Amino acid sequence: MTNTNWQSYGGETTMSHLSQMLGLTVQNFVSAASGIAIAVAVSRAFARSGVDRIGNFWIDLTRATLYVLLPLAIVVALAFAALGLPQTLTGSVSATTLEGANQTIAMGPMASQEAIKQLGTNGGGFMNVNAAHPFENPSAFSNYLAIFSMLSISATVVYTFGQIAGRRRQAWALLSAMTILLVIGIGAIYWAETAGNPIHVAAGLDPALGNMEGKEVRFGQAMTALYAAVTTGLSNGGVNAMHSSLTPLGGLVPLFLIQLGEVLPGGVGSGLYGLVVFAILTVFVAGLMVGRTPEFLGKKIEAREMKLAMLAVLILPLAILGFSAVAAVIPAGLAGPTNAGPHGLTEILYAYSSAAGNNGSAFAGLSANSPWYNTTLGLAMLAGRFAYIVPVLAIAGSLARKAKVPPSSGTFPTDGPLFVGLLVGIILILGGLQFFPALALGPILEHVLMLAGQTF
Amino acid sequence: MSTKAVTPSVLDPAIMLPALRDALIKLDPRQLVRNPVIFVTELVALVVSLLWVQEMATGVGAPAFSGQIAAWLWFTVLFANFAEAVAEGRGKAQADSLKHGKADLFAKKLLFPSDETDLSSEVIPATALKIGDIVLVEAGDIIPGDGEVISGVASVNESAVTGESAPVIRESGGDRSAVTGGTQVISDWLRIRISTRPGESFVDRMIGLIEGAKRQKTPNEIALSILLSGLTLVFLIAVVTLYGLALYSGTDLSLAVLAALLVTLIPTTIGGLLSAIGIAGMDRLIRFNVVATSGRAVEAAGDVDTLLLDKTGTITFGNRMASEFLPVNGVDESELAKAVLMASLADETAEGRSIVALAKSDFGLSEPEAAGGETIAFSAQTRISGIDIDGRQIRKGAVDAILNFVTLDRTSAPAEFNAAVDRVARTGGTPLAVADGHDLLGVIHLKDVVKPGIKERFAALRAMGIKTVMVTGDNPVTAAAIASEAGVDDFLAEATPEQKLDYIRREQQGGRLIAMCGDGTNDAPALAQADVGVAMQSGTQAAREAGNMVDLDSSPTKLIEIVEIGKQILMTRGSLTTFSIANDVAKYFAIIPALFLATYPELGALNIMGLASPQSAILSAVIFNALIIVVLIPLALKGVAYRPIGAAALLRRNLLVYGLGGLVAPFLGIKLVDLAISALNLV
Repeated sequence: MTNTNWQSYGGETTMSHLSQMLGLTVQNFVSAASGIAIAVAVSRAFARSGVDRIGNFWIDLTRATLYVLLPLAIVVALAFAALGLPQTLTGSVSATTLEGANQTIAMGPMASQEAIKQLGTNGGGFMNVNAAHPFENPSAFSNYLAIFSMLSISATVVYTFGQIAGRRRQAWALLSAMTILLVIGIGAIYWAETAGNPIHVAAGLDPALGNMEGKEVRFGQAMTALYAAVTTGLSNGGVNAMHSSLTPLGGLVPLFLIQLGEVLPGGVGSGLYGLVVFAILTVFVAGLMVGRTPEFLGKKIEAREMKLAMLAVLILPLAILGFSAVAAVIPAGLAGPTNAGPHGLTEILYAYSSAAGNNGSAFAGLSANSPWYNTTLGLAMLAGRFAYIVPVLAIAGSLARKAKVPPSSGTFPTDGPLFVGLLVGIILILGGLQFFPALALGPILEHVLMLAGQTF
Repeated sequence: MSTKAVTPSVLDPAIMLPALRDALIKLDPRQLVRNPVIFVTELVALVVSLLWVQEMATGVGAPAFSGQIAAWLWFTVLFANFAEAVAEGRGKAQADSLKHGKADLFAKKLLFPSDETDLSSEVIPATALKIGDIVLVEAGDIIPGDGEVISGVASVNESAVTGESAPVIRESGGDRSAVTGGTQVISDWLRIRISTRPGESFVDRMIGLIEGAKRQKTPNEIALSILLSGLTLVFLIAVVTLYGLALYSGTDLSLAVLAALLVTLIPTTIGGLLSAIGIAGMDRLIRFNVVATSGRAVEAAGDVDTLLLDKTGTITFGNRMASEFLPVNGVDESELAKAVLMASLADETAEGRSIVALAKSDFGLSEPEAAGGETIAFSAQTRISGIDIDGRQIRKGAVDAILNFVTLDRTSAPAEFNAAVDRVARTGGTPLAVADGHDLLGVIHLKDVVKPGIKERFAALRAMGIKTVMVTGDNPVTAAAIASEAGVDDFLAEATPEQKLDYIRREQQGGRLIAMCGDGTNDAPALAQADVGVAMQSGTQAAREAGNMVDLDSSPTKLIEIVEIGKQILMTRGSLTTFSIANDVAKYFAIIPALFLATYPELGALNIMGLASPQSAILSAVIFNALIIVVLIPLALKGVAYRPIGAAALLRRNLLVYGLGGLVAPFLGIKLVDLAISALNLV
């Protein structure tokens, strides 16, 4: 339900087909649908005024599942099956390898689960290694389809927001902000990965290849960059490469994208309402500079909304930095990372960021299946999902009650490029200010050490 | 209109010295807790001071370093207090004199309030007065409290409140019945019904608004405080957890450096200046001779969408003036002018004088000798005035009355005459007919003259996003003509008090904020309903009670300045908040590499400012953080200038100055401080 899907288990070895289908696939549907329901509720808050109702959660949940997720999932699942993902109820297939050893190849109803995993930005794969597995993500086409389906609903929910709130231009502005940040992220990973690792070069690898460690050769850096940025920008959490093996700065990007609150375009629904919280903060600070008390889409942003927005903003640093700092000093926490030094710290940070951000992607390298990590990661997930939803819905309720202020030439326009730039700036600076010290000790330190020839 | 907005210099010793003392008094945590950011800074300063004492006693650690950090943290708090004290100091001079005047006031409370003739009274302290008490004030007495004159006429010196030394007349009934506590009766006597409790009078509220400790925070100020407190919490989390993360990385961070990091990150700049901005805004309003009875109203002024302005006296001059003569029946224009000149010579009304002035200026006529004719004075019954001279009976007056005089009516009047009358009425003027005996001579066009420059002001308001609505008792035709000439966006013709109230309610239901001004008792309901209601000091007590601001100069166009001051306060807050947050980027680049340089010299790559040593980097950031408050005090007091150039352009401009400036300035500032510290060998 938290739309996190952190896998401490390896799907194909520990669970039966029935439990994957009934237990997990249903969860995949419902968590995505509840994200949509909340996003729709938030959108209505801007459309209505003087009311204390913003819709019925159960009705929205059912509608989202029946009319949006299910039809799309069927189409995408068929497409995945056509692209070669196994969709069978047969158990494992035994094969004799070239060396003559007996190998068991796991099979199962993958295409159907893969479809909703991507559409619902859940990310929990059938296989332990997720979308890096040839069955889960056999080709470049399936890789694109996966990325496309990840983006599709999250991005269109933003459009839905504009439609419901009656401000389509606003929706485009929000989408532009998301796109700008996502493109920066993709570019940064690609740059860091193609620039490669000087140690590899020193070891005699072709520098033109960049850093290929941990990547599937059938994807290369470009598609890895795309997938990594999208999956973390999106709260999806499926991976097609092991983020731990990215270069330090290449790894910093997905980590930072999650810490920004996964609003690019974020999980299904959750990305939208996360971005609305940022937009509220942006108009509050910038709106004052035009000499009016701040308003967003005609709704005054006052003390109550500010209190709730700050409450929501506090969740991520508290869950990520709080748990990471404790894990970084107590023995139970220190037992987790398999690497030492800053890389180990990055693994811990990534784990909590991923959990609190309801991403569920793993940096790999952290043995999270211990009582300490299972408990605290679970708590971080809950906090990141529900402790965030509660203030967001409260903001929506409070805004729905307010009268709409008609716009005038003295109103701060929130659908132009200036606002988009500001929003991007506020997201980067606010996120940067919170997490810079931690990032400095993790990936940034690792990067400067790598340049100095030290690895972990 | 008086513009007494002379800004005293921040460096004025009369303000500086008491402000320095007040800054120390304000260290009292019970006062400081109202300002969470600075309160946290004070707590941190206290902790680092204790650490310094402990280090001095035990000789462990670096007492010279933590001592300096502690000192600058205290300075940060003191500077913030100083900013507030200076802002208060500027308004206090006026408040103090008002307070002084009120200090030991006594009231002559009438023993037999219902008996108009028996003026025997007992003397009680003004603080013991209750609402509804009837008091007597005589020549030389100070009026003990706000109230309404119920009988008597007196001249009152209100300079203590308005700064205007010419005495004003106060009398019962009508629009001049309100008196203000603390003003002095110069002649005659008044019986006054007290209308406010002691301590809640006009002057008391005015004092309360400029004294920081008693000041109520405005709604936006509260919301901003929440944002700042939230950011403080976020940074508290970032700094506390950094201790754990640093331990993992093999660095045991000292309390002093963590404290320094925390204080430089939390928004101390805006936190320290926030209340100074609000106080200075109120003070600026007082300098414009407007007294607000709540800070909320001033803030609302910045948000106003619609201005309701009375036509008469605000948009037009109070009186109609002759603008042209329209002859009929083949009469020569100059002949008409000559006739109306004679008919108006004895007419002392403003309209009469304007006719004389027009005849002289446009037709070059000189004053004819008073030929001893017999003047007919205007009366409400006849609605005609004129002169009987040389056997001629020249009359001017309302069209119907003159037609009656010449024994005609509108249907039988010459078409040329009717056309002239209609033309004048259609353009919003008032036609006056002129007759000589039984002959119609022509029509005088009396026109409401729009004040010069008012159209430009409305254009500026439109650029601010504010709609102007003219309110008038005129008929819709007249109103429309004047509205288009003055450039207002809308008008309310034949307006009754109920219509005004309805209009305001309707606009408010559409989510708009309304400002209006008024002076009469019949304005009171609308003034109370409006979000910003400016009552004229010369108006009735009912109007003054209903509004939430009082204009001591009684100048209705001042609403425009009030709106600008409201906007300035909001803009200054936003700009300094942006500046404060943008500053943090540079501070990170100063402090983070400094913290870990010992363990990981490679992180020196982040030291892009090239600061001399880890200690000097941290100290520089703390010093910069403290000094920037002082540097920005003048801006906080003066306010960011408002220009009516539209929201987007304004935002772009302020973002460039305070956003980009806020990013860049600390890089330079911290580097400069670092150079100074290294030169002085402080660490």
